[in-house]
Amino acid sequence: MLENEANPTFSKSTGLPRKRFYRARAHSNPLSDSHFPVPISPSHVDCSLHYPQFFSSSGEVGGIKKVQFADVGCGFGGLLISLSTLFPQTLMIGMELRDKVTEYVRERILALRTTNPGQYQNVSVVRTNSMKYIPNYFEKGQLTKMFFLFPDPHFKEKNHRRRVISPHLLDEYAYVLEVGGIIYTITDVEELGDWMKSCLDNHPMFEALTEEELEADPAVKLLSTATEEGQKVARNEGQTFQAVYRRIAPSL
Amino acid sequence: MENTQPEGGENNRDLEVAPALISVHPTQDSVAVAVGSDLRVFDLRGNCAVTLVDETGEAFHKDSIRAIRYGANGKLFVSSGDDKLVKVWSTDSWRCIASVCSEKRVSAVAVSNDGLYVCFADKFGVVWVVDLHGLDGNETLVNKKASPLLAHYCSIITSLEFSPDGRFIVSADRDFKIRVTVFPKKPLDGAHEIQSFCLGHTEFRLIYVQLRGPFDRFVSRLAFLFTADYPQGFLVSGSGDSTVRLWDINPGTLLDTCEFGSKAGIVDYNGNEVSCSTVTDLCTIPGILLVSCDLSSQTFGAVKVISNMGDSFIPTSLGCSSTAELLWTITGVSKLHGYDHNSLTCVRVLSGFKKTIPDAAEPELTVLDDNEVPGAEKLLEKLQGSVTVEEEVFLAAAEAVKTSMCNLLIKKQYTTEKREFRKRGRNDKKTKK
Repeated sequence: MLENEANPTFSKSTGLPRKRFYRARAHSNPLSDSHFPVPISPSHVDCSLHYPQFFSSSGEVGGIKKVQFADVGCGFGGLLISLSTLFPQTLMIGMELRDKVTEYVRERILALRTTNPGQYQNVSVVRTNSMKYIPNYFEKGQLTKMFFLFPDPHFKEKNHRRRVISPHLLDEYAYVLEVGGIIYTITDVEELGDWMKSCLDNHPMFEALTEEELEADPAVKLLSTATEEGQKVARNEGQTFQAVYRRIAPSL
Repeated sequence: MENTQPEGGENNRDLEVAPALISVHPTQDSVAVAVGSDLRVFDLRGNCAVTLVDETGEAFHKDSIRAIRYGANGKLFVSSGDDKLVKVWSTDSWRCIASVCSEKRVSAVAVSNDGLYVCFADKFGVVWVVDLHGLDGNETLVNKKASPLLAHYCSIITSLEFSPDGRFIVSADRDFKIRVTVFPKKPLDGAHEIQSFCLGHTEFRLIYVQLRGPFDRFVSRLAFLFTADYPQGFLVSGSGDSTVRLWDINPGTLLDTCEFGSKAGIVDYNGNEVSCSTVTDLCTIPGILLVSCDLSSQTFGAVKVISNMGDSFIPTSLGCSSTAELLWTITGVSKLHGYDHNSLTCVRVLSGFKKTIPDAAEPELTVLDDNEVPGAEKLLEKLQGSVTVEEEVFLAAAEAVKTSMCNLLIKKQYTTEKREFRKRGRNDKKTKK
């Protein structure tokens, strides 16, 4: 009898998972030891599990496709979903440390794939600690875009090393980004906005995009509108602070 | 359970022993041993014990030394450890020419090939660089500041190594990561360009009888192998997953893996060059393993266990000069409970690495008698503290060595109560200095 009834965690009208069943804590400690599987190296990442349609008939796409966009700390996946239709031929992955949130995004993508056949095949999500394991997922210069939207501000000075944008972690992001690749950051916390800007300004392998370039980039518009966090800030009429930088070759 | 439990942290510190370390001058001019906070140096050229001179404010080391190292050109010697002081010594005068304060305990040190920079890694995964320009050996620099060079994300760095051509600095951490970073022209501004990551060491659970915790993935030592034919060198890494791996650091590709039985937790090893092929010696929990490595085919060859050193001789550190005629081994601990001796060390030297016949399958190795060792009794007296070591004390030390090496190779496991206690006492809240 119960089997015939719709799964209550999915909305009856849209078929999407309902967020109230995936309540999660707002923060997670990135320093704690991880107890989830991590690929040994980028060659151990099985993309066919994440993007079955792109890898099922390998001849169709032509050549082996690699993930090019990473949304670090993707939260409930709002940005990924928007990007998916904007760049339908680009593989992108969301990385999230909170288990329940990752589960929600996974269900959300699967539901979207069912209700919109042929769409959303290029997005996926993985539960991981990107601050520790980014080189395990991506090869050198593999990514063309990295997104860090509304990261945990970690106000205390002693906790600054937990911030996802930090001078030392930028070295690793520069490693996985190709030359010309773009890093997008946005926050509603002014202090963190200043911090991220100064980290990127002081790094020899990143330069700021000009106003015209920002205008022309379709992804920039999504920063403040696509994510759940961004919509919340907009509802409260809060301010946002964004920093968008390009990976450049270091001058020797 | 017991009332003393809350002070467990301190008790553990008391019980914690530091394994003895050995380092040999590149041209075998001298040999240095560190046990606990004690640094002992013997001059092999002059055949005499060396008296260290330390005029910096804080004389000598106050806590266990965890890393010692000669610079590639042999002019400098660096020592550091739990007292958060990095001391740079001139190997001519054996004066401490610079003393640098670290914020955290130091786990590894390295000297750039030109001898102008000293790098050290702390327990928080940050590698620092100290500029030694303008250091003429006569004046003493106190409180020289170190600048952050690079960081592994909050993971203890276990080994730090410069590539033979000096272009790269390689760092390995407890989370299986090996990072190859371009050593910049201006290191004080940080090293931002990552050449590659060498990823492949994995978690490998080794259960010891006396030990219940799992061995964590953990790269324990790095070394470079290079010959005249391959001046850029190949990286060799050993890990608690009981494998030794050979890497080409430029693209970061794994060339070969050598696996040992489930017994080996790799503690230390040294690469050295013997004619065209290369012998890597490994110090593991059961003893020393000798691995030959053929650089032309980029593979590992035969593994040989050096078994003629006695069952209870568990080397804690290995050293050899760049010509590698002798392999210096040491076992010892900084503290021994229940005995009169404060610490115990025992040095043994192996010879026979030079192949006499080029086609011989493997070198014939012999352990030198105490009077055959360069410097003989004089050396042993300086480095060991006494010429002979009593059998009973030696056995007790072997047990302590085993435990302390195992402790070094695992991540600490805490009970729930202990974790709660540690949370209460943590000091990561903002403090005004």
